[in-house]
Parts: sequence; structure tokens; C-alpha cells
Amino acid sequence: MAGVLGMIRRWFDTEEVRRVGTTPDYRFSLANERTFLAWIRTGLALVAGGLATAQFLPPLPIAHLREVISVALLLLGGLVAVRAVDRWARTERAMRLGRDLPASRFPALLAILVGLGAVLLVVAVLVRAFQ
Amino acid sequence: MSEPGLARERTWLAWRRTLLVAAGVAVLAARMAAVEGEPLLVALALAGWTALSAVAFRRYFSRRAGPGPALPLFALLTVGYTALGALLVLNR
Repeated sequence: MAGVLGMIRRWFDTEEVRRVGTTPDYRFSLANERTFLAWIRTGLALVAGGLATAQFLPPLPIAHLREVISVALLLLGGLVAVRAVDRWARTERAMRLGRDLPASRFPALLAILVGLGAVLLVVAVLVRAFQ
Repeated sequence: MSEPGLARERTWLAWRRTLLVAAGVAVLAARMAAVEGEPLLVALALAGWTALSAVAFRRYFSRRAGPGPALPLFALLTVGYTALGALLVLNR
């Protein structure tokens, strides 16, 4: 728990990030910030998808499937946003210390989840078409 | 414009793009709250976007080199929309 709280404190106290290593070329820092913003947009798009699913998708043949998809998209969007901050802080730290950028399985995981969600929806649509 | 100015400009444009996407989310959340007859949540959804804009403008016009708390605040507000959306879906 202390580890999680410390991590959250580090996200907000950006001065702490700046105490290690040397300041990189500010253009790299700005590029890191833009990458963060691109992830936030991805998260916001997922949240928008969740909100749109709940409002504009007619009820699906499987009970509550629409609500499940909607909440799953909303949670996925929130997760992407939180991970974006963590990723930003780690990348900033790695650049300051001259280390390799942190590797991540998250993009692959997100792609698989979105793919599975799309397959699920196709099945739901086909089930209704043949009913 | 010089290359250093361009990097700053590109970053500001990225903030503005993000605000545009966030406006779509805010309108969707506000619509859902309005349909459910929750004026308080409509106000909350729109206030969230105002807060996001304030964070973005403060980030851009601040004299500090680093982004300060702008990035975690932005992510926090995104998570806020997740919570608001989940509340609206489950409350229906």
C-alpha cells in the first residue's frame, strides 16, 4: 500500500522526478508529454465509446451484454489514463538517467482486449440477425 | 518560426486536440445525465470539461519548465468521467 501511495505522490510531485539525473533536451520531454496526451485521447475515446454504447446501442439479445460492454469500455478508458501518467513518469526518469526506455506489454494487451471486444460484438450482431 | 518554438507549438496543439476529444466525452455524459433527469450530474459533466480546460491553459501559460501537476490532474479527471459514466450506466 505504501508503494502505491508513494507512486501516486511521485506522479503529482514532478519536482521529485527532476531531482535525479540530468535534464534531457526539452524537446524530448515535450515529445514525452505529447505521447502522454495521445494515450489520454485513447482513454477518452474508450470512455466515449462506453457512453455511446449505453445510449445508442439497442438492447442486445444476451441480457445486460450492452451494460457489460459499456462498463468494460469505461473501465478500460480509466485504466489507460492512469497508465499514461505512470508511463510518462517512468519515461521521464529513464531519459534523465540515460537508461533504456521502459518496455511495456500494455499496448499488445490493449489491442487483444479491443479485438476480443469487437469479435464479441460481431457474434452478438450475428446472433440477432439469425434469430 | 524556429524549431524550438515548433516543439512547444506541437505540444500545445496536442493539448487542444485532447480538449476537443474531452468535449465530446463531456457532451455524451451530459446527454446521458439529462435523459436520466439528473441536472446535478449534467452540471458535473460540463464542469469537468471546464476543469480540464483550466488545467491545459495553466500548463501552457505557466513559466515552469516541467508540466507540474497538469498531467496527473488530467488523468484524474479522465478517471472521473469513467466513474460518472459507470454511475449513469448502473443507475439506469
